[in-house]
Amino acid sequence: MDDFLLRALLAGIAVALISGPLGVFILWRRMAYFGDTLSHSAVLGVALGLLFSFNISVGILLSSVAVAIFLLFFQGQKTQGSDTLLGIIAHSALSLGLVVFSFVKGANAELNAWLFGDILTVTWNELSIIFAAVVVVWILLALIWRSLLTITIDEELAKVEGINVALVSLIYTLLIAVLVAVAMNIVGALLITSLLIIPAATARPLSQTAKQMAVVAIVLGVIAVFGGLTASFTWDTPAAPSIVVVASLLFIITQLVYRMKR
Amino acid sequence: MQTSSRILATLKHVNLSLGRREILHDISLELSAGKVLTIIGPNGAGKSTLLRVLLGLQTVDSGEVTRLPSLRIGYVPQKIIINPLMPLTVRCFIALAGNKDINKVMLDAGIQHLENQAVQSISGGEFQRVLLARALMRQPQLLVLDEPAQGVDMMGQAALYEKIAQLKEQHGFGVLMVSHDLHVVMQKTDQVLCLNQHVCCSGLPEDVSQHPEYQRLFGDFPDSGLAVYTHHHDHQHDLHGNIVSENPTQSHDKECCKHG
Repeated sequence: MDDFLLRALLAGIAVALISGPLGVFILWRRMAYFGDTLSHSAVLGVALGLLFSFNISVGILLSSVAVAIFLLFFQGQKTQGSDTLLGIIAHSALSLGLVVFSFVKGANAELNAWLFGDILTVTWNELSIIFAAVVVVWILLALIWRSLLTITIDEELAKVEGINVALVSLIYTLLIAVLVAVAMNIVGALLITSLLIIPAATARPLSQTAKQMAVVAIVLGVIAVFGGLTASFTWDTPAAPSIVVVASLLFIITQLVYRMKR
Repeated sequence: MQTSSRILATLKHVNLSLGRREILHDISLELSAGKVLTIIGPNGAGKSTLLRVLLGLQTVDSGEVTRLPSLRIGYVPQKIIINPLMPLTVRCFIALAGNKDINKVMLDAGIQHLENQAVQSISGGEFQRVLLARALMRQPQLLVLDEPAQGVDMMGQAALYEKIAQLKEQHGFGVLMVSHDLHVVMQKTDQVLCLNQHVCCSGLPEDVSQHPEYQRLFGDFPDSGLAVYTHHHDHQHDLHGNIVSENPTQSHDKECCKHG
């Protein structure tokens, strides 16, 4: 196997390892739009990072945190629906990011990679950072797992039982921000959400418990990465979109099988 | 019974308005360990809001809310809707609440047979018992129930309140509940608080039911409702609705159900 393909595979697996367990919560908490908003606005973070030449991962994390805080601030208000608000933020930040990109000399060639990912150029150095992120996300998620599940079931019940709802929700949001930062140049800003929600949605009819669903989502993510990269290598299709297409095929197949069984 | 009933929480002259509507007016009450306080009142009387104030989910405009520091509360909400996208068995749902012996808790609540069912698939009455079991998992010092008998049939209600009273004796926790089921609840409660934005009357159940304000609010209820629960049954049901004979050796004629 070629070295670059091995690295691409490892990077994809790393993303699947975190997008699986984070994705099931996205589904349960009906936050698909939220994931989109974080990843779209990350384009602005990248553009600002390039323009003022600071670390791009830091730029992405900062933009994600800014969006999360902005949303938290607006949560109390009732004059706009939260889906509307998320849509406005997602597309404004994306557009603003594209505008800022135009001020960065020679960055337009890179833009495609940020939007649709460039998994085949991942370096060993980047890989080690990605796997460090996997470890951090897993440890934090294990720590908040029970509380986050209880909050997802019912926020008030969680509050009465002494769970710090705001803190746990904030940590969960930060974990998604970390995923976005890690997955940006692997699958690209426009496709990150698909890796959060498609394997998780596929896993639902195959699972009886919450933990099981998270594990099945990881396995499905890994299969999609494997299949997508194979397709990309064989037919020279774009890597990240191929991964998403395979994930979607898995979703359609399981849905059909599930429906036929009933 | 406990010799000293420890005070778990108190409200002093609590006032609350939401929007322009006054919800609670000058409410004072006290919750003690080993005692059952039942809040009754018409729709929109502020019963659930009062519960939320005590649970710390709702801040008040004025007055004093005090709770024992780090008071462990077992909460049985009126209803919660669990996203069907979350695969969750009854056992997992209950286990999430604490580290007590889950098998014993499920046995206590009479729901062992539901163990591996999805929480979203069980009936309303069953779910109430699952929520009760979940609250017990926390080894609560205070058990708070918001209309726990919803979706439970009449005989089931009596059994449920009996169960709560029995658990209270066993564990010595305080109980606060909101109820519509006046006559059923009267039997098993130490104190009744009749609420209609303000405290209409409160005290022992017998006293409250004689109080003119109570009679004005609930007086048009047919008295026959009370009779159902004061006559002696010739048999009892357990939580599953199975007939329980008080004398196990006595043969039981299943046709002799003489209700009402």
